[in-house]
Amino acid sequence: MRVALFITCVNDTLFPGTGKAAVGLLRRLGVEVDFPLAQTCCGQMHLNTGYRDEAVRLADRFTTTFAGYDAVVAPSGSCAAMVREQYPHLDIEDIPKVYDLSEFLVDVLGVTDVGAYFPHKVTYHPTCHSLRGLKVGDKPARLLENVRGLELVPLPGAEECCGFGGTFAVKNRDVSAAMCADKIGNVMKTGAEVLCAADNSCLLHLGGTLKRQKSGVRVLHLAEILASTEESAG
Amino acid sequence: MSGVFVGMPAFPKNAAKAVQNSQLRFNLRKATHTIRGKRAAVVGELDDWAELRQAGKTIKDHTLRNLDRYLVQLEEKVTEAGGTVHWARDAAEANRIVTRLVKDTGETEVVKVKSMATQEIGLNEALAEEGIEAFETDLAELIVQLGDDFPSHILVPAIHRNRAEIRELFLKKMAGAPKDLTDEPRVLAEAARVYLRKRFLESKVAISGANFMIAETGTLVVLESEGNGRMCLTLPKTLISVVGIEKLLPTWQDLEVFLQLLPRSSTGERMNPYTSMWTGATEGQEFHLVLLDNGRTSVLADKVGRQALRCIRCSACLNVCPVYERAGGHAYGSVYPGPIGAILTPQLRGMDTELDRSLPYASSLCGACYEVCPVAIDIPSVLVDLRAKARHSRAEKAGMAAAGWVFNRSKRLAKAQRFGGRMRRLVPKRLPGPLSGWTDTRDLPEIPAESFRDWWIREGKR
Amino acid sequence: MSAAAREVILRRIRSAVEGAPEAEIVRGYRGATGERGDVELFAERVRDYKAIVHVVPRAEVAATLAEITGGRVLTVPAGFPSDMYAPSEGEPDGVVSTCAVAVAETGTIVLDAGPGQGTRAQTLVPDYHLCVVRDDQIVPNVPDAIARLDPTRPLTWISGPSATSDIELNRVEGVHGPRTLEVVIAIG
Repeated sequence: MRVALFITCVNDTLFPGTGKAAVGLLRRLGVEVDFPLAQTCCGQMHLNTGYRDEAVRLADRFTTTFAGYDAVVAPSGSCAAMVREQYPHLDIEDIPKVYDLSEFLVDVLGVTDVGAYFPHKVTYHPTCHSLRGLKVGDKPARLLENVRGLELVPLPGAEECCGFGGTFAVKNRDVSAAMCADKIGNVMKTGAEVLCAADNSCLLHLGGTLKRQKSGVRVLHLAEILASTEESAG
Repeated sequence: MSGVFVGMPAFPKNAAKAVQNSQLRFNLRKATHTIRGKRAAVVGELDDWAELRQAGKTIKDHTLRNLDRYLVQLEEKVTEAGGTVHWARDAAEANRIVTRLVKDTGETEVVKVKSMATQEIGLNEALAEEGIEAFETDLAELIVQLGDDFPSHILVPAIHRNRAEIRELFLKKMAGAPKDLTDEPRVLAEAARVYLRKRFLESKVAISGANFMIAETGTLVVLESEGNGRMCLTLPKTLISVVGIEKLLPTWQDLEVFLQLLPRSSTGERMNPYTSMWTGATEGQEFHLVLLDNGRTSVLADKVGRQALRCIRCSACLNVCPVYERAGGHAYGSVYPGPIGAILTPQLRGMDTELDRSLPYASSLCGACYEVCPVAIDIPSVLVDLRAKARHSRAEKAGMAAAGWVFNRSKRLAKAQRFGGRMRRLVPKRLPGPLSGWTDTRDLPEIPAESFRDWWIREGKR
Repeated sequence: MSAAAREVILRRIRSAVEGAPEAEIVRGYRGATGERGDVELFAERVRDYKAIVHVVPRAEVAATLAEITGGRVLTVPAGFPSDMYAPSEGEPDGVVSTCAVAVAETGTIVLDAGPGQGTRAQTLVPDYHLCVVRDDQIVPNVPDAIARLDPTRPLTWISGPSATSDIELNRVEGVHGPRTLEVVIAIG
């Protein structure tokens, strides 16, 4: 099976640690992963902001870059959903088979225990595009439950949007901040020290606010928790 | 559409005010969370919900595809059953028709059943100009009318008011309201019952909308809760129904789908208290049906946007929308607020004003609306499609073009990342211009010294 | 003017949908069963709406009606079975009726202006509505009810007493329609 990593432009530029974690995790599970250097962005920002033509150009580019791979793994629910759910609306043909990380681990590799160790109290925010776009269901939770040392606490109102929404966060800053305030209120209720999600865009927004508020809660991508082992923790 | 919203600022500005209103936030949170739970429970009771939803969607699509044929059939059946059918191209024409029909009866007062279509065309205002007073009889509409207020929800137009506010309003504005009125919902409902009873018994003309019209039989259907609908539909001598042309269903059997979808999605009940169905002139009444276009045919012409015409006005999308919950209905500047309003209003009114251009952006695209929609309107996709049709600011266009240029070559992206890595210490804590929307409430992430792709080239691949 | 508007609207529709693919209706949901509805389920669902429900053998309906209406004067629509309830003298403060169909799953009673049901106004204006439902009138679900009903008759579907959700989206019983709904289900 030829597997490629689609890192996504946000992770590539701002969160290289997530990409390194994903590569490390996949290698640990015996998956040789390729990184086609021609990749850039799936086009989601352009499409969702109203720039369809640019989005189509980037979608074509994505399709060409990842042609020939059996599976493309993306550590981002919303970028995976963009390719799988939105590309058909853009009349893109021969769309590569894209999986969010948790889908690839559970559905393709058939593992829920990835041998990780992370001795912390964690709450998980499912993010809208993973939940309602990709419909990943309880896959991330099953993976987290099998992490040794990890205490998973349920997040009240988990299915509600955090208010990121791409350029929505800037165009509708007040509603976005209000949504974030409620989400963070729920995170604080859990008493968790780490807020985990499978999308760094949402975590950029939530983590930035948590930090501004000096809340003492940090955010981590699912890949980074799953990549942690006793050795790396020590 | 109704003129009351003309000149309103764009959505973000309206919403910015609303999110600071703690009373509004509290009322909306309470009401929407209550209804979400009720809806989920009664929808969960039906194990064929997905199939009902699929049927609802396909019946509506089929009807819209053959709308001309079914409208002609409806007209024929209503006429056969003693009713009179009128056609109105726009709001002004519909208002003229209704005004003339009321004047022909010699009456100067009419009772009204809650109707989105008549709100859309501003019928009450048009009647008032001709000296005809319209009395809203739905409790929430009455609250809005007494308070000189605007509706803020499709189903519960006074959702932004809590019981204490309603009590104060009744004491101030409702003639004959008891001095010892409490804020018990039961007591408030009783006050409305007493206030409207005489009017029901004496009114000669009623105006309604309809939830469904059946082409095959000419039957009109109105779902309601309070009994004000039954009062208006049965007691007055003349009944005038103003109905959007998309409210049609081909056959009587189709109703079996929608009578399951609508109450469960809307008030979260297995069935609403009252549903009235009548065909033509009934029990000695005079019946007029006004079929309203008012922009619907132009929505129908849009390949992506036409699915908005499937809407059965249940308001489930409003009740689950995180943006609606915090911004409230007034921020949308339309009788159709919430996610469905964000796709319907710009299509019906066009995107010529700043407000109407801002509506497709009044969503984080979280998809909660699509998930609950009983006729599977893919609201996020329509929003995105409308955004592509909206006019964009010059600065934004330049920014998006630049980003597109960078993303179009991976080498350019890599260069930009390296530049960012070198400049990372120089990024200010607060960004200027529109980007200040980000740093007003959030810290920026630390920009890494090395991008993922550079790490991969250096040591990642093996 | 109306004729012109009609032609314009029809023409607009035809040009709007020109070339659009035909849309096929898919009916995968539970349809009409043709079976009898569950009496207990119906009773429970009607009670959920805060209506009063009695389940009695057919032979005891008259006695039950006499008992629960003791002292009340009710309007009796034409065609109501005279062996069940005899009208008394005085100013009525309620109405007694039969029904056409009842739906177990949703706890709904449907009136179609047939014998014993009166005009639509007769069962609306009074504050109290007493309805007699025969067990063979109860169907399992909404599709069964639609299959049994005649759309050319005026129909009123009643699910509990009048109510409103207009104050804070919570259902409270009792607005313009009858504030009390009492249902007698005759079995056997």
